[in-house]
Amino acid sequence: MLLRYRGSEGMLAWAFHRISGVAIWLFVVVHVVDIYLVGGDPKAYDTILKVYASLPGRIGETLLGAALLYHALNGLRIITMDFWPALTVYHRQLWYASWIVFLAVGLPGAFLILKPAFGL
Amino acid sequence: MKVDLRILRFDPERDGTPHWESYELEAGPMDRVLDLLHAVKNGPDGTLTFRRSCGHGICGSDAMMINGRNRLACKARVDQIGRRISVAPLPGLPVVKDLVVDMDGFFAKYRGVRPFLINEAEEPERERRQSPEQRARYDDTTKCILCGACTSSCPSFWANPGYVGPAAIVNAHRFIFDSRDEAGDERLEILSDKDGVWRCRTIFNCVDACPRGINITRAILEVSSAIVERVS
Repeated sequence: MLLRYRGSEGMLAWAFHRISGVAIWLFVVVHVVDIYLVGGDPKAYDTILKVYASLPGRIGETLLGAALLYHALNGLRIITMDFWPALTVYHRQLWYASWIVFLAVGLPGAFLILKPAFGL
Repeated sequence: MKVDLRILRFDPERDGTPHWESYELEAGPMDRVLDLLHAVKNGPDGTLTFRRSCGHGICGSDAMMINGRNRLACKARVDQIGRRISVAPLPGLPVVKDLVVDMDGFFAKYRGVRPFLINEAEEPERERRQSPEQRARYDDTTKCILCGACTSSCPSFWANPGYVGPAAIVNAHRFIFDSRDEAGDERLEILSDKDGVWRCRTIFNCVDACPRGINITRAILEVSSAIVERVS
């Protein structure tokens, strides 16, 4: 049904919020495991750090950052409407505004995460 | 112009699962989907089953999913939705036959919020007076026609059919904020249940689907706020 129903911005905002939430949760699981390895298996921990520092690892971190940033900004959008229900009239504009902030913060952030992989 | 109409058909006495059937029809730009359904029923297939009554967007009988979105068949015009039209029953509700869904659960939830004026005070000699401001407080939610387009467009309802749903909350809102009513607390108690207002995820499908233009999400959030204020 989710794919059959043609929702508009509100449904997309909710779907991205769920997807980014699940992605963040999956990373937290991985993060718990890698932090455990500091004491459990230091050599494996060093290997994982190298994976994080590689290009695929940095792309993954960039996507994680994107998920965190979107989830946070859309969460603020929802909280704003929770406190001021009259603003629901502007839910689309609030979503577009959150994308502008997402790009303004996310693009420099992605550059900073990715540039070491290109020797910059 | 030629219109390609696809309808999701289901006959419980014959079909195991619903299936699409296509019809090519002649239609004008101002024809409505309801006119097309009548053209099929009065023409190639008299067994096509759907609800309709007033045919003018008032009774709410002919809500269905048209081109992937819940709308009233009597308000969806060909010039607005295009020549390729798909029609399916309201999602998330049990299909009885073709485009007819079982609305018993929907109306049970509606009745559950006690959607009528409750005032135990002695009956006044004249009407219970209300200022324009007091009337405006719930004006938007008086418009509901109980078509079910909102509740059946809600992903929270699809995931949890126990959710009371937008329509019931809208109709509770209409009385909770009515200055003449005395049972607001009782309704807020009903809606503070785990299957009450907290299931809303501010998805706005309900607002998009409402043929009366009610800002349903606003109404739900106002009820949520009233529940929080009541507790605190």
